Amino acid sequence: MSELDQRISRWLETNTFHHSEFWDMQELVRAKRDAGLTISLCIPTLNEEKTIGKEIIVFKSELMDRYPLLDEIAVIDSGSSDRTLEIAASFGADTYLSSEILPQYGSKPGKGENLWKAIHQLRGDIICYVDADIKNIHSKFASALVAPLIYRPEIQYVKAFYDRPLAVSDDLRPSGGGRVTEILVRPLFSMFFPELTALIQPLSGEYAVRREVLESLPFPIGYGVETSHLIDLYKSSGLDAFAQTDLDNRIHRNQPTSDLGKMAFGILQGFMKRLRDYGMVKELPDLHGLFRQFQAEGHRYEQVTREIFEEERPPMITLPEYRERHGR
Amino acid sequence: MCKHTAKARSDGAPLTHREKLRRLREILFANVVMAGEIPAPTGAERRLTRFLSDRFTECGLANISLDHAGNIAGMLPGRVGRRTLLVSAHLDKIWSETDDHTVSVGAGMMSGRGLADNSLGVAVLATLPLILEELEIDLDANLVLLGTTRSFGRGDLAGMRFFLENASHPIDAALCLEGIELGRLSYSSLGMARGEIHVAAGSGELDHSEDAGPGVAAILAGFIVALRRIEECESPTSRILVGSIEAGSGYSVAPRSGTLRFEIRSREAGHVARIGKEIAEMVATTSIGDGLSASLEMIAHRSPGDLGSDHPLVHHARETLELLGIESHVAPSVSELALLLDRGIPSLTLGITKGENRHSPSEAISLEPIFDGLAQIVSVLRFMDEGKPS
Repeated sequence: MSELDQRISRWLETNTFHHSEFWDMQELVRAKRDAGLTISLCIPTLNEEKTIGKEIIVFKSELMDRYPLLDEIAVIDSGSSDRTLEIAASFGADTYLSSEILPQYGSKPGKGENLWKAIHQLRGDIICYVDADIKNIHSKFASALVAPLIYRPEIQYVKAFYDRPLAVSDDLRPSGGGRVTEILVRPLFSMFFPELTALIQPLSGEYAVRREVLESLPFPIGYGVETSHLIDLYKSSGLDAFAQTDLDNRIHRNQPTSDLGKMAFGILQGFMKRLRDYGMVKELPDLHGLFRQFQAEGHRYEQVTREIFEEERPPMITLPEYRERHGR
Repeated sequence: MCKHTAKARSDGAPLTHREKLRRLREILFANVVMAGEIPAPTGAERRLTRFLSDRFTECGLANISLDHAGNIAGMLPGRVGRRTLLVSAHLDKIWSETDDHTVSVGAGMMSGRGLADNSLGVAVLATLPLILEELEIDLDANLVLLGTTRSFGRGDLAGMRFFLENASHPIDAALCLEGIELGRLSYSSLGMARGEIHVAAGSGELDHSEDAGPGVAAILAGFIVALRRIEECESPTSRILVGSIEAGSGYSVAPRSGTLRFEIRSREAGHVARIGKEIAEMVATTSIGDGLSASLEMIAHRSPGDLGSDHPLVHHARETLELLGIESHVAPSVSELALLLDRGIPSLTLGITKGENRHSPSEAISLEPIFDGLAQIVSVLRFMDEGKPS
């Protein structure tokens, strides 16, 4: 077994958890209190009225009312045209429009923008991000991600993964390693950052991170945000800064293949940028920002293009407004 | 003994309680979601039992126990403890393990399989200790909270039946919880029997030719006509409901067997048994052709019972509903209430909220009226605690 294999095996042994290890909520709340930590839950949304209500109810009931693990539950919305914000507020979440947070810096489209602005808006020492489209929501989606950060001060960043397939109907699917993970991210990590392959689901939208880490990371505003975080933190702190928790299964809406192409394109942009920034490739040509797909109508083939530009927000700590609000 | 002065009309407590209970909104709704997303077909309620058991443990209930029928019970000891009250909800749902049990929460509504029957009832049972704590109500009587198994169909109320036959404390009064419909006031039970007529071909080849006999499906259809004839003679005091007919799986292949399920209901004592006997004779004497056989299996029985519309408990429940501005409607029951009344236990079945599409995949419950339902339950429980409904 190579040294690399040994390091990965050791890390899997010590830094990979199953949610059932954190079943004792009273103990977890006690440890959080003893550590003097505050925890914010952030749910980024865009038109999620079908699932947001249930998420808020479950998190508020289980992790605020029953067991005071979370100090705030916030929905950061990109401008939903449905009743997402109304429903979230009606069940007790704090709701914010992303465009109204740090408005002097403008508003950009993309989930990464919401995640970035959440760092400014929310108060917690730990921020736990959970996507809004989870159909089988459970309190473990937050508690089992923040637990390693509470119990192990050296861990900085905890990712969720889901490894047990479920029997599901046609438009739902279990999340193992997703399709983009398996055919894009895992091969890239294997080539350039092999230790990061130990993260079973690097694109998972559920993760908990310490504020000191989040505020120091640049934020791609689109699809590349998760991959870029992993690379940046890995370069600065190594694999031992990470942990991952098995949450068993996650059911959500399946994405059409055409959307996966756009996602992969955005991730590649962020990835290439980091290869260049970290001096891992000598030279890259100017990369095109136009993603091209084709659709057929009879015997006619038509180009469908979309400009995908992975713009990045600077580390939050560089903003004076942030430093003032958070006393940094 | 009457420390709580549970005078629904004069002290207006249900109205105050309704408002106070909104503080438990997320806890209750989360319980509905969680109970709703756990499959619990009749006879396979174990995971839901576990959920309820965990909730009872978290609330500090005493004597939490799983009995031989799979029921889960916990007790909130009373201040005096001389009497014992029972609040129950059946755990089983009509849906199979593999059906999608995802719950959706919208503005003012929740939808998902089995929410009305009976995830909401189970969730209220799980939340009841917190409800009483929130309202600072200490009952004099012991309060047993019971999630029962095997209520539906062939289950034939086996859970409640086992509990009543083996309960260590005699039950002085009982309340059964059903998700819908708010305003439902069940204080009587219909006499009821359920049966299945099975028609089957022998082991030989079936005749598929054009001049073959009527076949299994046609014979079952003939039995439906015969049941209707019997019903016509017994109407209006008794009814025969045909619930389902099952035979074959294609278009052109004669089925080898089939089943017709029916239910006899009657307000009159003895009528159900008499009609059952008539059906048995009908099945035994009907000529159904060579190579086929028919048999009758009776699988469930209830005796009619009635607390009486002038019973103090019924009177109080009706007054409470009036105070809350809810129209009451009397609905005789064929479920757990029948067994309780049969044992002479003053009992009611109450609905908790309004809903729609019961027993469909889009079954839905309204959220806002739930607080009326809770206030009603608390008021009735306090009245029972005063020892009046004896």
